[in-house]
Amino acid sequence: MSDTPRRDPALGDLPLWADSGDGSRPDSGAGSGFTLIGRPQRKVDGLAKATGKAAYTDDIALPGMLHAKILRSPHPHARILSIDTTRALALEGVHAVVTGRDMPVRYGIIPWTPDEYPLCVERVRYIGDGVAAVAAVDEDTAIRALALIRVEYEELPACLDPAEALAADGSDERPFIHEPRREGRNGNVTKRVQLSFGEVDERMAGAEVVVEGEYFFEGTTHTPIEPHCAIGRYDENGRLTVWSATQVPHYLHRELASVLGLDPATIRVVQPPVGGAFGGKSEPFDLEFCVARLSMATGRPVKILYTREEVFYAHRGRHPFHMKYRTAADEQGRLQAVDAEVLLDGGAYASFGLVTTYYAGQLLTAPYTMPSYRFDSTRVYTNKPACGPKRGHGSVQPRFAFEVQLDKLAEKLGMDPIELRRVNFMGGNTRTVNELRVTSNGFLECLDAVEKASGWRERHRRLPPGRGLGVAGSCYISGTNYPVYPNEMPQSAIQLQVDRSGRVAVLSGASEIGQGCDSMVAYITAEELGVPLEYVRVLAGDTDFTPVDLGAYSSRITFMLGNACIDAARKLRRKVQEAVAEDWECRPRQVQLAGGWAYYAPDTGRRMRIARAFNLAEARHGTLGATGWYNTPRDNHGDYRGGTIGASPAYSFTAHVAEVDVDVETGVVDVVRIWVAHDCGRALNPLLVEGQMEGSVYMGFAEALMEEQIFKSADQGRAGLHNAPSLLDYRIPTSLDTPEIESLIVESIDPEGPYGAKEAGEGPLHSSIPAIANAIHDATGVRMDRLPFSAPNVWRAIQEAGGPKALAPPRRRAAPPPEPARVDRTTVGVGP
Amino acid sequence: MVKATTCIVHLRVNGDDYAPGVPSHYTLLETLRYAIGLTGSKQGCDKGDCGACTVILDGEPHLSCITPVLAAEGREIRTVEGLAGAGRPHPLQDAFDLNGAAQCGFCTPGILCSAVALLERNDNPSRTDIREALAGNLCRCTGYTKIYDAVESAAAVLRGQDGGTENGE
Ligand code: FES
Ligand code: FES
Repeated sequence: MSDTPRRDPALGDLPLWADSGDGSRPDSGAGSGFTLIGRPQRKVDGLAKATGKAAYTDDIALPGMLHAKILRSPHPHARILSIDTTRALALEGVHAVVTGRDMPVRYGIIPWTPDEYPLCVERVRYIGDGVAAVAAVDEDTAIRALALIRVEYEELPACLDPAEALAADGSDERPFIHEPRREGRNGNVTKRVQLSFGEVDERMAGAEVVVEGEYFFEGTTHTPIEPHCAIGRYDENGRLTVWSATQVPHYLHRELASVLGLDPATIRVVQPPVGGAFGGKSEPFDLEFCVARLSMATGRPVKILYTREEVFYAHRGRHPFHMKYRTAADEQGRLQAVDAEVLLDGGAYASFGLVTTYYAGQLLTAPYTMPSYRFDSTRVYTNKPACGPKRGHGSVQPRFAFEVQLDKLAEKLGMDPIELRRVNFMGGNTRTVNELRVTSNGFLECLDAVEKASGWRERHRRLPPGRGLGVAGSCYISGTNYPVYPNEMPQSAIQLQVDRSGRVAVLSGASEIGQGCDSMVAYITAEELGVPLEYVRVLAGDTDFTPVDLGAYSSRITFMLGNACIDAARKLRRKVQEAVAEDWECRPRQVQLAGGWAYYAPDTGRRMRIARAFNLAEARHGTLGATGWYNTPRDNHGDYRGGTIGASPAYSFTAHVAEVDVDVETGVVDVVRIWVAHDCGRALNPLLVEGQMEGSVYMGFAEALMEEQIFKSADQGRAGLHNAPSLLDYRIPTSLDTPEIESLIVESIDPEGPYGAKEAGEGPLHSSIPAIANAIHDATGVRMDRLPFSAPNVWRAIQEAGGPKALAPPRRRAAPPPEPARVDRTTVGVGP
Repeated sequence: MVKATTCIVHLRVNGDDYAPGVPSHYTLLETLRYAIGLTGSKQGCDKGDCGACTVILDGEPHLSCITPVLAAEGREIRTVEGLAGAGRPHPLQDAFDLNGAAQCGFCTPGILCSAVALLERNDNPSRTDIREALAGNLCRCTGYTKIYDAVESAAAVLRGQDGGTENGE
């Protein structure tokens, strides 16, 4: 019995897609007739965020909650001789004080390099390192109590420079920052990777042109607008709940158990909406351990909210990179050999540094064919806040250097820089020189798109002096092939649960940090089960009831969670199709679910409401639910040591053209406009993809022109002190600083991505920086091989080139063509 | 325990009168968030640098984290919670959702307040007007582009020319 009214006018000419109904991967070719996928949609949390109702961690207040503060080291390097907390404990309103001795268990996000304690035990390693924590009735009291803690330090020589760190010998004058893990080693070297592929020296020697360059990428930090915040509650049943603004609830869950010596089954991690992260919240921090430990000590909930200053100390941001590159090509511009030497300034702890050291070399090998490649990358400890992963982890810095190298190569060969990149395009369905498997590859389309949109052919090398265009390309991973701790379990999973009303609950362990992953699974669920988007509830970020997802890092979620969600939804869909088919006496594949209805495909006038279809399925199969999961392929990388790092199930590709206007008298660079084309596989929601592209471009621009996470030297009065731990002094772009951004989406439809999708959150950052550097060269003839391209740095470079009058920007002909109409930044619309 | 002087402040927020007792050094932001329970306004820096705490005081955007609570007495305070009508978002809030202008959403309450104050004095702002009105609100996620789109489309709705679906016939 089915209700068969006429076609619902609201559905219009809703296309019903051809579908095998057997749960196989979707035919992701064009015309596959999606109802939601590929179109702009509202986000599931859009209105909650726009009305101030979304509750972030600091918006949570629990009854009886205490507030805690952390005492931080004033020294960049010192031994802790003693800590006296008695006066702090005696202060009225103070409930507990903990020090490193209360949690003397080492941890680290990478299981092979555990080198930090929640609070320092015997040594502090940077100004801002945590030493003790106080829980009190309010923040003011906790702050007062911190001043009453007496810590006796023995200062040690601090090392702020990575080259000096390499030269340390463990003597009293030049002590190691961490003890060497093996006798006779330099304790300051956290990781060294040397890998070589193909015949680098031979090809280098035989090449037509070789370009050599030295580059420096200054460190930068994430500065999410939400400071880190955590609440711990240890309850009467011996269960610990930690709410935290984290990107990695699962890893936090594991580390809490190991450090606090608790059974992980007694721990629950809740991740409320996160107010921005960008990699800066992707490992455990002192505050999470402290709120937990202090709650265990007091039996009351405890909250810690970092000050903005503490966010700068927590850091884990972009490593400063010192880089040397030699790049060789034949006379047609085809790359022959690349030889790189990279020194990473890691700061005080390992963090993700093992991976960063690999990424510094491994991720450079696409989108260009490289017949031979060698890199030698070394990460060292220094007495500064630890560096870690920031959007484009480890590969933004080498990409800057390499894409400038390519520009120099093109100049030497008299080639158009876009042409040079085309000539070297590696294509799709291939392997890189370091044996990474590349599937879909839309890089050429990206180049075409920015070339056209920017008017490159008419304008590059032809703009008036001071004005220029620059191009760059890049690639990035859609998730890492392996989790940070080895295991065979799925990387991502989804659980679906259906109500008799037609409502579908999606239980997701992934971390919504603004990128839209909660919405993404809602779109997929609605698409696959044919329910309206409003029928989907996403319940996420709570380890007590969601399946494990490894976290919001390495641009893994759309690809992995998306596939997991399709897997779960298809299992459910099959049950629904079977049940309806039985009712209609047809074949299951003839039942289509879309827009709130189940349809009989051969005659779409015949249909029933989706809730009824679900009810039939529940009657036939029992309570309706399904789990789906995703794990990575295992054959997509080399089997040499380190060959798995950099491996990803799919790679995204990006091209940028930047236009700059340089004031050669002052060195002020105005980035007028950036065109960015990004191959995201398929844009599940183009609005969100554009948002990721625009945010990435903005962040790259910010690093290119403005940002520096830097520290004072001894000459500046206080060695190792953060130069500017505030949003006033560490300048990030305002609306007035940010250039116009034009986003151009390229869809290569990846064979393994969910509906063909790949990542969009990090890739589009990379090439913005070298594109700007190359544009500055087009405008002035001056090379910027050091970041940032701030007015003083650019002015200095111009002076070194002989001053404004001596500048000779490369031009295609003696008389430039008439000046193109200046793009009016204030009136031109943005977007494709 | 620190014996701060506690005082009763009289605040009018989103049309409601409140009289919480707070330490006299409290800022308006602390009072809204921790004494009244209006947690929509965010704290990103607590020193006047980021704009996440922006509220509307007598029609003008203000940084509530550097506004002593006593300075807000006797003034008309509007926060993000006061922008929506009953069960219906403000057109700008709807436009934020439609345009994907809130990613993490943490800057959003402050940006909405700055933008609503702009739209109330100018319902046809240029991009330059919008850029200038938002120059005190840092957003780390969006690159601002979608925010401009949202403000422009809300302005069109407020002028009654949204050209769109609901009342554009
Ligand atoms: S919290 Fe007020 S300006 Fe940042
Ligand atoms: S949306 Fe995240 S800071 Fe603006």
